[in-house]
Amino acid sequence: MTTISDPPAESFKLSMLFYDTRYRAITFQIIALIAFLTLFGWLYMNTAHNLHELGKDPSFGFLFQPAGYDINQTLIEYNNQDTHLRAAFVGLLNTLLVAALGCITATVIGVLVGVLRLSKNWLVARLMTVYVETFRNVPVLMWIILAMAILIEALPPPSAFRGNDPSSSMLLFDSIALTNRGVYIPEPLFSRPLGNINVFGAFDISIELLAIIVVLGGSIWVAKRIGRRADAEQNKTGLRPRTWPVQTAVIILPIVALLAGLGFHLGLPHLKGFNFDGGTHLRNSLIALWLALSLYTAAFIAEIVRAGIMAISKGQTEAAAALGLRSNRIMSLVILPQALRVIIPPLISQYLNLTKNSSLAIAVGYMDITGTLMGITLNQTGRELETVLLGMIVYLAISLLISGAMNIYNNRVKLVER
Amino acid sequence: MSDTHAETVLFVRETMLPQQEPPSSSTGAIGWARQNLFSGWLNSVITVVAGLFIIGLVLHIVPWFVSPTWMATSLNECRDMVTAAGHTDGACWGVIRERWQQLLFGFYPPELYWRPVVALLMLFVAIAPVLFSDFVSRKLLVVTAAFPFVMPWLLWGGTVWTPVMAALGFVIGYLVFRGFSGRVAGGLALFIAAIVAVLWWVLLSGLVAGAFASVLPLALTEVQSRAFGGFMLSITIGVAAIGCSLPIGILLALGRQSDLPLVKYMCVGFIEFIRGVPLITLLFVASTLLNIFLPPGTNFDIIVRVIIMDTLFASAYMAEVVRGGLAALPKGQYEGADSLGLNYWQAQRLIIMPQALKISIPGIVSTFIGVFKDTTLVSIISMFDPIGLSNAIRANQAWNGVYWELFIFIGAIFFVFCFSMSRYSMYLEKKLQTGHR
Repeated sequence: MTTISDPPAESFKLSMLFYDTRYRAITFQIIALIAFLTLFGWLYMNTAHNLHELGKDPSFGFLFQPAGYDINQTLIEYNNQDTHLRAAFVGLLNTLLVAALGCITATVIGVLVGVLRLSKNWLVARLMTVYVETFRNVPVLMWIILAMAILIEALPPPSAFRGNDPSSSMLLFDSIALTNRGVYIPEPLFSRPLGNINVFGAFDISIELLAIIVVLGGSIWVAKRIGRRADAEQNKTGLRPRTWPVQTAVIILPIVALLAGLGFHLGLPHLKGFNFDGGTHLRNSLIALWLALSLYTAAFIAEIVRAGIMAISKGQTEAAAALGLRSNRIMSLVILPQALRVIIPPLISQYLNLTKNSSLAIAVGYMDITGTLMGITLNQTGRELETVLLGMIVYLAISLLISGAMNIYNNRVKLVER
Repeated sequence: MSDTHAETVLFVRETMLPQQEPPSSSTGAIGWARQNLFSGWLNSVITVVAGLFIIGLVLHIVPWFVSPTWMATSLNECRDMVTAAGHTDGACWGVIRERWQQLLFGFYPPELYWRPVVALLMLFVAIAPVLFSDFVSRKLLVVTAAFPFVMPWLLWGGTVWTPVMAALGFVIGYLVFRGFSGRVAGGLALFIAAIVAVLWWVLLSGLVAGAFASVLPLALTEVQSRAFGGFMLSITIGVAAIGCSLPIGILLALGRQSDLPLVKYMCVGFIEFIRGVPLITLLFVASTLLNIFLPPGTNFDIIVRVIIMDTLFASAYMAEVVRGGLAALPKGQYEGADSLGLNYWQAQRLIIMPQALKISIPGIVSTFIGVFKDTTLVSIISMFDPIGLSNAIRANQAWNGVYWELFIFIGAIFFVFCFSMSRYSMYLEKKLQTGHR
């Protein structure tokens, strides 16, 4: 009696495309795809038609023509006969420079403020709250322009440093000059330079810098090895040999020897004519951008750090104390590793924000990639589509690189859950 | 036992002593200060340093702030007034007296200032029932519904029939939806309704509005977008972008969580692209490229173009915030909704979204604040928002060299808006807090 029969085969009806969950997903996706392609095709046709009408058929040939404009701050060799591509690259390096400087400063200030905001000292905690709220609730563009205005209007002109009775004087044993044309700081010089090596025929890297990096990296590696051997010793015998004198010596001695060998000295800025000469000239635009971006981002980082530390339950501290750990060990072994896990992802996204906000450089005339590629190159060649597209791709690449690195890190420190 | 004890001990107290007051050094102001300001030598040093810093700042700022320069007409005049009053340094408030209207309204015709003011007041009335649903009558939601149509009419002017016809499009769409919803699938009905509404807007509404306008010409003086500026511009762009980005962001977040791979990857691509580029590049697109993307001859308003780009930008960030909220919900909520037999949209509307949005309130509000602050970027594509105006004022001969006064004024207004938004989000979080903590 128990015969199993197939259910009656349904004939396919058109309405099943909408009502039957087996097909509905596919129907919707096909509709979405068609809509998407139609929209894109429509935009593409319009663009092609409009550009053709304007006589500007898309081409990236302009990148290889001479740029014809000067850039006031260049990290690599550049003159106005170089190509637009190289100008864009100079701009990119400037973007990366201010982003890197900004990230470092913002982290230092942010961590400090975040910790101080949790301080038991009422006055300091309130002061830091005022700082955080002020900077977070006012647009970063205003901070950038305000910083620039202060630098230009409030600092003395170079002429104020001149004469027998100057109204302004240089700081730190005549080594730093704060003027309304920028800040002059000592520059590192070598009396026995090693020369430059050319990379890909595109730009020069000084061998001294490479040597310093190699030596420093090597000695830090050796110092770490010593530390690791001490760890192994401690694990075996329970006694940790004293390592810090050797470690310090290993780090300091080689670099000092190298610098002495190269004839390292500082070139101090000095007045010459109407302006300062010698030393490294940090332009107002760089400093204003750096300062404003750091202070603004630091306010956000402070909140992230505070939230990260507060996220660790008090029981962790108490349990660590019950194990007999001292308070600095509690911080470094128990609290920080857990807090960092909470802090790092939003911190990286703040770094991304800072990098993207550095495109506001154009408001103060700092020549980053927005100022070169999407600013002057755009205006000179009239290639809006190509320049803006390239600029977007560059920023997108930076963002994806940083967030890719972040994801790798995140996966390494993530708690393994079920 | 007790007898012997009583004999050997000279005195035994038999009643409790009354409780004593805590020592005065640990209560009241002194105790508080000892606990919070001078609990150790390091803390004391920090307190003293911070105190000196604050005192120094106040001593420096207050005399500067209280400066009798309200009536000045140029920076030089300010300096003269400050010297005449016997100060060495003082703020130049004349610039604010002369330009505050410009900083608020841009180049909007002064005789029409009432229109943006009415629009702003209406904005407050419109958001009140949404923000404070406990205290404000729900009847005011009528104002909220009318606001998106009345605000552009008040600001830009023109015939009253354009916003009326625009609103009518929604009514028509709704009627079509009602008509179809019983007969075909809900999604299909919505789709048909949307098509009918779009057809109405594109093909008919202009004609009908023109016809009505010729019969009953009710119109406000038209104001060109060029005249917009100052905080009016910031608030217009900000409110529009904030209002549009939340629903789009929610849809994008749902798309990103969706099981349909094509939809999912389109949403992921859009979100990651927008989040990867700076807003300023999108504004460049708005100012130079959007006209190239559209059919020849289309030329629509720069403010609308900026609003579109700002909305796209904000909705990508909003999508990530909402996705965070969706991801934070336990899986049981989704399964519970399924087991009740709710379909996808019912489950989203009744179970998932109320909880996910509640979790993401802080993120949503901070995105709102970000959008409002980012409206200042339009100054880079030469629109006259407060920052752009401040640049123009500082370039003026009379006020060349003024900066603190302007930026304090502008910064204070931004601060008021943004700070109250963040306080509101804290209030809302507390109000919606139903968990046991």
